[in-house]
Amino acid sequence: MVTIIDYGSGNLKSISNGFSKIGSNPIITNDLEKIANADFLVLPGVGAFGRAMDNIEPFKHLILEHINNDKPFLGVCLGLQVLLSESEESPGIKGLDIFKGNVQKLPDTRKVPHMGWNQLNIIKNTSLLNEAQNKSFYFVHSYHAVVEDENTIVGTCDYGIDITAALNINNVFATQFHPEKSGVQGLKILKNFISLKQ
Amino acid sequence: MLTKRIVPCLDCDLNVPEGRVVKGIEFKQIKYAGEPAELAKKYYIDGADEIVFLDITASHERRGTMKHVIEKVTEEVFVPICVGGGIRKVEDYVNMLNSGADKCSTNTAAIHNPDLINEASEVVGSQACVIGIDAKARFVENPKEHTDKNIVETKDGYCWFDCSIYGGREFTGIDAISWAIECQERGAGEILLTSMDRDGTKDGYDIALTKAINDAVDIPVIASGGGGNPEDIYQVFKQTDVNAALAASIFHFNEYPVHVVKDYLKGKKLNVRI
Repeated sequence: MVTIIDYGSGNLKSISNGFSKIGSNPIITNDLEKIANADFLVLPGVGAFGRAMDNIEPFKHLILEHINNDKPFLGVCLGLQVLLSESEESPGIKGLDIFKGNVQKLPDTRKVPHMGWNQLNIIKNTSLLNEAQNKSFYFVHSYHAVVEDENTIVGTCDYGIDITAALNINNVFATQFHPEKSGVQGLKILKNFISLKQ
Repeated sequence: MLTKRIVPCLDCDLNVPEGRVVKGIEFKQIKYAGEPAELAKKYYIDGADEIVFLDITASHERRGTMKHVIEKVTEEVFVPICVGGGIRKVEDYVNMLNSGADKCSTNTAAIHNPDLINEASEVVGSQACVIGIDAKARFVENPKEHTDKNIVETKDGYCWFDCSIYGGREFTGIDAISWAIECQERGAGEILLTSMDRDGTKDGYDIALTKAINDAVDIPVIASGGGGNPEDIYQVFKQTDVNAALAASIFHFNEYPVHVVKDYLKGKKLNVRI
């Protein structure tokens, strides 16, 4: 069962529709028991880091428990950023700290937000990004993840600088792009996610 | 590398339950192009990078109909969706985003109440706050007499750009370049820029306007108005740094399907998502 955490952070319907389209039967919920029993947990999100962390607070222990139990977890966009230690967007607020590092404002040498379709460079093979090399995915963000352990970066894209497009440790996966808005290639990634071993 | 986005726009008449996409010249000679949900799916499959739904009736009573259309569309269409027309309150943004839309575009409401941009971007994020600017060139004899406006030099002479509201039916005298900068400062995440001089003409995009606005702001700009064929779209990408171009009628009735436009751009060595 794919469980999408509803922590009051907009547009959950699209990612839910994406999972439905590939034949999964997702639920969108803020029910602690349902989240605790999730096989595949998805943390979506748009908006600001600080507010997201406030809203995640009631579910934080369940997210960490799910990850500690090595069950498949997917963070999308802001759902990737909150997995880091902290963010320049909301100084002083701690992230979930799964990936050591901080989230930084994109340099102003290009248009911000970084909005549109960008090609993925696979840095390291993972089942999530299987066959996604050089395919385009939809990005929309003003901050980007800078992690300490570069071995956790599995995909990047070029926006003047190399931007972290996907992260992975064990069964924790996260994408800066929106697979649910990235057409057929994006749906393939959702499919790869639900095909992970539980 | 970021690809150039091709954005079909569906002008929707929502006076019927499922809506109708219309193709009309200034609301005369209206021709029905199809149902919004069906056309959106067709364009998605054909490679559209994003789809804009514009409620041309823009009436508050039709919000429910648009919501229904978007809910239906997003079950089958997995690219970003932008909704414009009749978005007046933060609540309208939230409703549309909850239906599955990714962005809302406002024009008239933002000009009447610029604080709406600050409030909406605070609640739903800048990435969801698109500002529609419908601009018309006002040519001037002597640029020095118009120090309160941003004067742009075009091949037809000097002009400034006047923002219009109510779908081009009323002009405000507001300088489009200054307004674009103010929108960015207030939290807008993107500008959907339509040339009222070119809209519906198929004479090509207004390059001077597009370049002037795009260079004035740090947020992305979508060029709109006048795109009549793939070459027009190529020219706006070649002559300006915009990363998205919107067109409506050329995609309806299969005049130039999305993939034909993209193949053309690719042939010209532009980076597009195929």
